[in-house]
This record gives sequence, C-alpha cells and structure tokens, in this order.
Amino acid sequence: MVDLLLLVLLVIFALYAVYETDLLSSVVILSAFSLIMTIVWTRLNAVDVAFTEASVGAGVSTIIFLSALSRTKRREEITRNGKKLNIYNFLASLIVIFTGSVLIYGTFDMPDFGDFDAPVNNAIAPRYIYGSMAELGIKNFVTSILAAYRGYDTLGETTVIFTAGVAVVILLRRRDL
Amino acid sequence: MIIQYITRKMIPFIQLYALYVIAHGDLGPGGGFQGGVIFGTSLILYIIVFGLERGKRLFKLKVFDFLGALGVLIYTIVGLLCIYFDGTLLEYTKLPFSDPHLSAHLGIFAIEVGVAITVSAVMVVFIFDIARKKDV
Repeated sequence: MVDLLLLVLLVIFALYAVYETDLLSSVVILSAFSLIMTIVWTRLNAVDVAFTEASVGAGVSTIIFLSALSRTKRREEITRNGKKLNIYNFLASLIVIFTGSVLIYGTFDMPDFGDFDAPVNNAIAPRYIYGSMAELGIKNFVTSILAAYRGYDTLGETTVIFTAGVAVVILLRRRDL
Repeated sequence: MIIQYITRKMIPFIQLYALYVIAHGDLGPGGGFQGGVIFGTSLILYIIVFGLERGKRLFKLKVFDFLGALGVLIYTIVGLLCIYFDGTLLEYTKLPFSDPHLSAHLGIFAIEVGVAITVSAVMVVFIFDIARKKDV
C-alpha cells in the first residue's frame, strides 16, 4: 500500500518536473523526487544507496542544477512544434510504446523480488556475505564489496569524479578572477 | 542575519557528522563518498550564505584543485603498496600490519579518506566555477 503510494508520487513528481516551464520549481521538484526515492531504497533495505541518494540526489545535484541555472534563463522557451501532433512525434511515441511493452514483457521471466532460488542470490553473493567477515573482518559487506572486492571499480569511479572536476575547471574557469 | 548566525552554528555539526560517516564506513551505512559529499555540502552552505566573494577569500581555489588530485593519489598509492608487499592491486590483507584484519581495516579506511577528499574538493570546485558571480 505504501509502496503503491510512493510509486504514484514518483510518477506525479516526474511528470511535473518535465512539464513545468519554470526551471527553478522543476529543480525543486526533482529534489523532492530524490527524497521519495530515498524512502523507496530504505524500504528495499538498501541503506547505503538511500544514503547516497539523499546526499547526492537531493543535496548536491540540486545545488549544481541551481548554480547552472544562474547561467541561463529561469523560464523554459515554449517551442512552436512542441504541442502539435506531427508525424515525427507520432512515430517517436510509437517506438517508445513498443520498447516499453517489450521491456515489460521481459520482466515476466525474471525471478520474484528476494527469491531464494534466484541466480543472483546463489552465485557470488554468499561469497561476499560470508567472506567479508572471515577474510577482511569488515562488518558492513557493502563497504567491503565497494572498497576491497570491487576496489578497482571504486578507483575508476573516484578518477571519474576527479576528471569531471578537471573538465569543469578547463571549460568554465575564468583566469582574470 | 539570522541565517548567517544559524549557518555559523550548524557547519561544525555537519562537518563532525561527515567525519563520523567516513570513519564508520565499515560498521554502518555510509563511507567515503557519502561523507565527502556531506563535508563538501557544509563548505557549499557557507558559500551560499556568505556569498562567492567571501568564500573565495576564505578558501583558496588552488588548494581545492590540489586536494582533488591528492585523494586519487592516496587511493592509487595504497593500491600500489599492496603490490609492493607481494599482493595484487588493492589486496589489503598483504599490508605489513600485525593482523590481516587490521591491515584490511586500515587500508579500507585510507582509501575511504582518499575518496572523501577528492569528492568534497571537487564539489567545491563545481560550485565556484559553475555559479555566476552575481547570483549565488
């Protein structure tokens, strides 16, 4: 029941953020969207992801959007052929509907959420869950996956963040200040 | 005026919480990335409330460029140290401490600190360079 309510709220917020022409309120609605997503992650027992969603999705990305907004206009310009139903829009919506129904059809073969016999719960997950305490002595095995078993990926992720910072400095920093 | 007073009182608590999140990454939820974002947010809060000019006077931008690179450097050095002590890249249990579990603990803590330094520094660089002078 609560999950259904959260899902409906997410859809409403997403549609509002897309159709709102005032970009400032669109950004605020996106922040509220991330807050609802935080509750969803917590209900799925993914507390680490919820933590990241709350700090990055609702916090920092909102600030970055706002500061990007200070370089542009506040209102979105309404394009002329956006509202009309021309042949390209019709074809595009046909493709979107087709892809969506194929994806939904694909979920029928997937195992149930939290299914004990699902392959994902039997192949590598037990190694992490039991090995984290025995091999590394780390209680939170999300951290041990991120930092030890998949440490190379996290190194790449940190490098990506650093590269993003370098790109922003190269493109936007003004030397005269 | 009220906002500036409250911000001044709040920032130490936010930073303390960020350090707690970084240090407790292997016991509870959180870790270097989340803690770094929270730490960066406390600095961004100062910049938003007191203005870009005052922020620029307090934080030298070059320092943050340097810190962003330093975090990646810490991570890489820990990884290479593991190779030096006959392990593979980032195999913490080979680090030369008395207990393999202690080595893993300290190695993971070191790379969490590296991630946190990079993330918080890059967030501050984002705000300084993306925001225009007049509006934030």
